[in-house]
Amino acid sequence: MKTIVDEILKIPHVGEVKYTAKDFKPDVDVRWCAGCGGYAVLSPIQRIMPELGILKEKFVNVSGIGCSGRLPYYMDTYGFHSIHGRALAVATGLKIARPDLSVWVTTGDGDNMSIGGNHFIHTCRRNVDLNIMMYNNEVYSLTKGQYSPTSHKGQITKSSPLGVLEDPFNPSSLALGAGATFVARGHDKDRKSLQMLLKRSAQHKGVSFLEIYTNCRIFNDGAFDEFTNKETAADNTLWLEDGEPLVFGKNRDKGIILDGYNPKVVGIDNGDYSIDDLIVHNEKDSTLALILSNMTYNEEMPRPMGIFQSIEKPSYDARVEYQIADEIKKKGEGNLESLLLGESFWEIN
Amino acid sequence: MGKTVEHLEDVTIRFAGDSGDGMQLIGTQFSDTSGIAGNEVNTFPDYPSEIRAPEGTLYGVSAFQVHFGTKNIKTTGDFIDVLVAMNASSLKVSLPNLHKNGIIILNKDGFDDKNLKLSGYDENPLENNLLENYQVYAIDMFKEIKQELLELDLHPKLVRRTKNIFALGITYWMFNRPIEPTVAWINKKFKNKEDVKTANIRVLHAGWNFAENSPEFKKQYSIDKSDLPAGKYRNVTGNQAVALGLVVASRKANIPLFLGSYPITPATEILQYISGYKNYGVKHLQAEDEIAGVTSAIGAAFGGSLAATTTSGPGLSLKTEALGLAIITELPLVIINVQRAGPSTGLPTKPEQSDLLQAMYGRHGEAPLPVLAAASASDCFNMTLEASRIALKYMTPVILLTDGYIGQATEPWRIPSLDELPDINPQYATDPETFAPYKRDPETLSRPWAIPGVQGLEHRIGGLEKQDVTGTVSHEPMNHQRMVELRKGKIEGIAKDIPKAEIYGESKGDLLILSWGSTFGAAKTAYDKLTKDGHTLSFVHLKYLNPFPENLGEILNNFKRIFIPELNMGQLKMIIQSTYLIPVIGMNKVQGKPFKAVEIEEKLVELLNHKEG
Repeated sequence: MKTIVDEILKIPHVGEVKYTAKDFKPDVDVRWCAGCGGYAVLSPIQRIMPELGILKEKFVNVSGIGCSGRLPYYMDTYGFHSIHGRALAVATGLKIARPDLSVWVTTGDGDNMSIGGNHFIHTCRRNVDLNIMMYNNEVYSLTKGQYSPTSHKGQITKSSPLGVLEDPFNPSSLALGAGATFVARGHDKDRKSLQMLLKRSAQHKGVSFLEIYTNCRIFNDGAFDEFTNKETAADNTLWLEDGEPLVFGKNRDKGIILDGYNPKVVGIDNGDYSIDDLIVHNEKDSTLALILSNMTYNEEMPRPMGIFQSIEKPSYDARVEYQIADEIKKKGEGNLESLLLGESFWEIN
Repeated sequence: MGKTVEHLEDVTIRFAGDSGDGMQLIGTQFSDTSGIAGNEVNTFPDYPSEIRAPEGTLYGVSAFQVHFGTKNIKTTGDFIDVLVAMNASSLKVSLPNLHKNGIIILNKDGFDDKNLKLSGYDENPLENNLLENYQVYAIDMFKEIKQELLELDLHPKLVRRTKNIFALGITYWMFNRPIEPTVAWINKKFKNKEDVKTANIRVLHAGWNFAENSPEFKKQYSIDKSDLPAGKYRNVTGNQAVALGLVVASRKANIPLFLGSYPITPATEILQYISGYKNYGVKHLQAEDEIAGVTSAIGAAFGGSLAATTTSGPGLSLKTEALGLAIITELPLVIINVQRAGPSTGLPTKPEQSDLLQAMYGRHGEAPLPVLAAASASDCFNMTLEASRIALKYMTPVILLTDGYIGQATEPWRIPSLDELPDINPQYATDPETFAPYKRDPETLSRPWAIPGVQGLEHRIGGLEKQDVTGTVSHEPMNHQRMVELRKGKIEGIAKDIPKAEIYGESKGDLLILSWGSTFGAAKTAYDKLTKDGHTLSFVHLKYLNPFPENLGEILNNFKRIFIPELNMGQLKMIIQSTYLIPVIGMNKVQGKPFKAVEIEEKLVELLNHKEG
């Protein structure tokens, strides 16, 4: 069933397909606050897009509302700045209609975990081939400082002057629980790792969920310092490396073992445990992914960073294509005349 | 046996029974067969909102009404001429609407103690004088069928289940309908169940023969063929017609179709039909909620599809914010609202026309969009094509209003050939030299449709106000003023591109009936009746509610009195009054039921008898 859209997409690309980050920077001023973590995420995106071997005109950046929502304006690609919470639904429709596109969604903790929560879990469940980048700054910034679904209990904000009463969502566990096939976490102070995570996320077929700790200098400054500062990061975070034992600490002297179903921190330099006792990370192990993700708000545990899970399943958009192809194979291409005639018609002369 | 034949212009027959009695099935067969016999037909299914209502109860009654005749069959019939009642409850529910001296064909079996108790009849209506003003044929259908099927040695349950077909056979005899189409249908439907097939065909003939041989049945009725244009016909519901309209619109425009919808009564069938059209390359998403339904459609529209979402009142409320997005991004989108009685869950299976103001004005900001309304089941096809054409040509969301009545009612539809349907020519931008996201076509004021994948047209759209022409984000005061005016002007300009309002009767005078949407059938029937009786009045029906046809104001100004019957508390009345600054006489019914033609007729007679200066 060839349409005009197919015709238009057949127009050959002119010129060499060789891009640099500059090709993805439009001629506009970025209007995030000075020192915003957003800059530290924008530039790795502009840097890796040229490396993916995808035609620039095939990229689409979709966003919702919040500081993160402005990202499409800062990328010289097709872009759609939609409404609060609905970026994933817009992107889902676009990807189903146009599986040839590389669709990226930028969202935030308020946009994606609160007003857009329903679309988030269903996008994960369907495994739509989208790259979701969620800026998590644990606060509503664009509305000037109210608590968000990832704010921690007791957090003082403009709408919680006496402290937040709620427990936060753990985004990676929510994504895993909802069936996301690629789930990862990074932060704005480690550009190299972030670039790697963005690239893996882009290469993954199916839904990719990348949570990015993004510092908000104005309303929640320093929220992630313990995990991102050079002095404390090594002791407070655990980097997940596929096929490698879970070792962490400034001196690489601590690790994670499994005690029953529970992860536990042990020393590996005092003779009780050795590196061989530690859990070996496996991105394909969904049970392990949940165990590791659930360490997130456990104060006795380092904060896990990196890729929790990367498993392969046919994406929803691909299934739509298979189903159509399969049906056409079975019934032949639909004939409009017989559709209109239906099952029972009569003729008047 | 001395049977006589009486000639009739039109008949309303109602098949009523328990939910499990197969009334929808025989109703559909009767209506298809009447279409094949060359009559105009209008039908309405009337079934409980419970999925499997308890057997024998009043609220478990399932009915199917067929109005058929030679001409002007535009409603499902105000009153019943022939009632087929399979049990006591179905008789009780339908009786108030039966004509005096009307015909009742009863299944005696359904009037045992248990059925009588459930129906709340203190006495058996077959044994007292309740039915003395009607022509009653009480038949022990089960006994007749048992005898007919004796030699087949079938399970009694199966035998009992064919009683609807027996009743159908009787009605076929009564109205001299051809029996072959239903035989062919049974052969196809039960092709792998030899015993069921044989039983049903035999019982259908048995019903016919029973009436033919019974001394009780003295009269047959004949209805002349209608003078319909030549062509192929089928029966179609409004919901079916919308689904077909969407597929045809996408083919006429030669672009892909995407439907994003969430199930909601009474619109769900459209989603179901579309989901079965996979070999036509149609894509659909059963979304997680109403909002995802519309926003996924907006995403698909950005990607170059003819995108649609279907819903009913509460769903339209949920989609409201997203309509603002479609308006400001100026993307084509078709929203079909199959209206039901509200507010809130209201009467979810019953029709109303009470979402007109929501469709017209129910948005934040200055957010005009075209609003269309279908007049009948088959008109849903035409208006879906129109909604698609306007959406694609003017790069705008369009709301098409239908309702639970025409959504589920059927009428014969002359199947059009593709060539006779209007062309739809969407314009995609491909030239980077001349492209700007908000550079408008000077004639239509519509912006170019530049879809991802085209080199050199990379651009950003979104909910923030954009600079005229360039499409960059703009907070500049005069630019917002200009963009609001441009969007408004674009929608108003569509008036030049839609048919002028057509007037029945004199173009000047005392009284004008102005109707919209599904009220057409009842209003037109009343108008026809009154003009035939020698009254002078005129009639205009509106299918385009925003913008109105260009000549509407002129027409209205030529009448002393404007009369608007509508299934709401006066919504079109309010719009007409405020747009044209003229008074309007309203007639407002909100009972979860369409107008009867006679209700409108009576009101009009009252107005005609009290002429005011």
